[in-house]
Amino acid sequence: MADLSKCVERLRALLGSANVLTGPEDLLCYSFDGTAAMRQLPGVVVFATTTAQIQSVVLLANELRIPLVPRGSGTGLSGGSLPTPDCIVLCTARMDRILEVDSANLTLRCEPGATTVAIADAASEAGLFYPPDPGSMKISTIGGNVAENSGGLRGLKYGVTRNYVMGLEVVLPDGEILWTGNKCVKDVAGYSLRDLFIGSEGTLGILTQALLRLIPKPASKRTLVATFNEMEQAAQTVSDIIAARIIPCTLEFLDRTTIHCVEDFAKAGLPLDCEALLLIESDGHPAVVEEEAAQIEAIARRNGCLQIRVAQSEREAAELATARRSAFSALARVAPTTILEDATVPRSELAKMIRFVADVARRHRLKIGTFGHMGDGNLHPTFLTDERNKEEMHRVEIAFREIFEEAIRLGGTITGEHGVGLAKKSFLPSFAGEPSMRVMRELRRVLDPRGILNPGKIFD
Amino acid sequence: MSRPESPLKSMDYSVVQQCMHCGMCLPTCPTYDATQLERNSPRGRIALMRAVADDRLKPGRSFAEEMYFCLGCLACMTSCPAGVNYAELFERARAEAEASRALASPFRSLLRRVVLGWLFGDLKRLRLVGVLLRWHQQSGAQALLRRSGLLRLLPARLRELEAMTPTVQSRFSASRIPPLSPARGTRRFRVAMLTGCAQDLMFSDVNRDTVEALTRNGCEVATPPLQSCCGSLHAHNGEWAQAQDLARRQIDQFPPGQFDAIISNAAGCGSHLKHYSKLLEDDPEYRDRARLWDSKVKDIHEWLARIGIDPPRPERPVARKVTYHEACHLCHGQKIVTPPRELLRAIPGIELVELPESAWCCGSAGIYNLIQPEMAGDLLARKIQHVRSTGAAVVATGNPGCLLQIQQGLRREGLDLRVAHPVSLLAEAYRDEA
Repeated sequence: MADLSKCVERLRALLGSANVLTGPEDLLCYSFDGTAAMRQLPGVVVFATTTAQIQSVVLLANELRIPLVPRGSGTGLSGGSLPTPDCIVLCTARMDRILEVDSANLTLRCEPGATTVAIADAASEAGLFYPPDPGSMKISTIGGNVAENSGGLRGLKYGVTRNYVMGLEVVLPDGEILWTGNKCVKDVAGYSLRDLFIGSEGTLGILTQALLRLIPKPASKRTLVATFNEMEQAAQTVSDIIAARIIPCTLEFLDRTTIHCVEDFAKAGLPLDCEALLLIESDGHPAVVEEEAAQIEAIARRNGCLQIRVAQSEREAAELATARRSAFSALARVAPTTILEDATVPRSELAKMIRFVADVARRHRLKIGTFGHMGDGNLHPTFLTDERNKEEMHRVEIAFREIFEEAIRLGGTITGEHGVGLAKKSFLPSFAGEPSMRVMRELRRVLDPRGILNPGKIFD
Repeated sequence: MSRPESPLKSMDYSVVQQCMHCGMCLPTCPTYDATQLERNSPRGRIALMRAVADDRLKPGRSFAEEMYFCLGCLACMTSCPAGVNYAELFERARAEAEASRALASPFRSLLRRVVLGWLFGDLKRLRLVGVLLRWHQQSGAQALLRRSGLLRLLPARLRELEAMTPTVQSRFSASRIPPLSPARGTRRFRVAMLTGCAQDLMFSDVNRDTVEALTRNGCEVATPPLQSCCGSLHAHNGEWAQAQDLARRQIDQFPPGQFDAIISNAAGCGSHLKHYSKLLEDDPEYRDRARLWDSKVKDIHEWLARIGIDPPRPERPVARKVTYHEACHLCHGQKIVTPPRELLRAIPGIELVELPESAWCCGSAGIYNLIQPEMAGDLLARKIQHVRSTGAAVVATGNPGCLLQIQQGLRREGLDLRVAHPVSLLAEAYRDEA
């Protein structure tokens, strides 16, 4: 690749040799993200720490027609930051400053490499709250969160990353720098470009700054754990809670396999003798929390819960949430390869979907652990398999196809929070439909006529 | 399989496959935290190991250097939800690095042979060096040398190393501890006490304190005067065959069936001692005994917590703030977190103040501070800053490497804090009883 070696030389001049990696040991370590069974070596990996540097790299990629793949901490679960052959991987993890916490306007401005937890902590120090909390929040970057429109455990009540982005600075695929949004709560001047970039999976621009919305910290919260003999009872409890007009902050469930794996790792004292577990958190005014918790407890008992436990301290509550966040990785304890999906259905269809997933696993003789955000209909069926077993991997593929088809049939979506990337690319056209695909393709072509940014992701 | 061609290729593949590269380890890895380079992270290193196992990467100099840049602190094992056995991977990777001879040089090979093979292969030799060093330090020769200015002729790195030479104690364990110490009061347990290598030279008083705390709590303690190295240094530095030999020697000297527990007070050793069965899994003669051995090895804090200590009732309790630094191989390697804190809280007069980032490596990491001084220095500075913030008068920690490293960091900053093994503080309180 003559082009690539020329490119490396130019990159060194732009960024300094220390920020341009080409050794096989370095490239190997950037050949994957958090997605299972996907691997592709990049041509070169670079680190940028200023918007101007990112712009210069984008201009160079345009000039030499070399694909550019943006990357944060590489924890994505749809292959969104997976390199394409001979590409430049542009890593923004070192561009991680929190630039401003504005308590008067309830905003926080930061660079793309700031971790989700650093943002949450900075907000908390000011007595404020940044709710989105994806499972990898201790290391995931806001750049990646915005690009994937990440969700988390609090989606039910507080929404997802999109609901907290007020403004963005973006380097466009042709190198131009654009600001969209501001500190105004209301702003209807023109198309909301901001919303276009959120969830664009690194295909429409590279985020260089984010202006985030903060909210007041809830005055109190209470965390409950309820266990059930049957998944149906747990699902019914969730439906009843929503029907009672209660919107808890968190409404998570784990199935038996997941509970055992999580407890094995986190030692959070989860009850093991049950088929389903609900982790519920109510937050807000102390009186409201008190009342909601009592109602939730009564509903769970009416549905025959085995046991209900209330976290006795902030620390215990945090431990339970951390335990839940580890669910995906903890499932890897029982199988060499864990393949996780995030099929999502309207809440009313949850029980049906859960039954269907269990049925699919049985029919295809596959081991499965299911957990997820029951409150917002976002399931994480996780197949426990071995990528070296080609025959079983084939069955996993068929099973997923069936799960996605059912999710769509029930009015759901193929991905609730992980993004399309490479993992769900083949499912997108039938889900989105031709008109949507056409608009997406045309939009992308307008912004990135040379196909420089993250090519091959979401759709071709 | 004493020294396989490729330790990574001969490994059960599922160990390396267990990593699903989710990235949960990244924020807990001190080297990744410092550089934010994937290759300096656990999942990056595992990816390299897997590539070697798959034949996608030839283990060369860069691979070897990376494996020696890893502290082996095992913080990643605490944070890994998938339960990856990084300790095993790490040892295999370093053995792979040695097998590749990518770092080999005549000087390095000689140094390794002298230190790992000769010095730590037979602790009589180590003690001899200890005696010479002690003479050097106590006769005034060291002071004279340091005053003379001759040291300035040495390269900077050697000067630093000279300044780091720890003080050898006036007596080694064998002259402080009888071969058999009877239990005080009723004998409840029969235990063996491992005196260690560095521990024996630099902290024989900690060994004595350990025996005192044990006997005071109903343990009869066997402490043979001449012991072997546990082999942790060898296993962590890619010398498997030697590590296996040393493990066999330990099992021969301390038949595990004869003791209720085999006690270690050095976290780095304990963490290794508990995995002899893995080390000797292909040795039919020792395999079963190694399994029994593993179940008998106990860190002193762990053992005292298990048998329940008699709370000390000192006549003159010393009111002081104590903070606790967690040795990596105690909290990450052996998952012992609460017992040392409980032990400290049981001592009248002590107020335990939590150390921020207490489980973050201090940079000692075996011989890491000797081979990677820059990274080790940064970690030490970070540790000392946290220690300072607690306002404590004493830093307690259960590993000789950490004790030395933190002592040195405090000295460098001109801070007058005491650094002590928790068991020493306990023994002192017992000694002050009526």
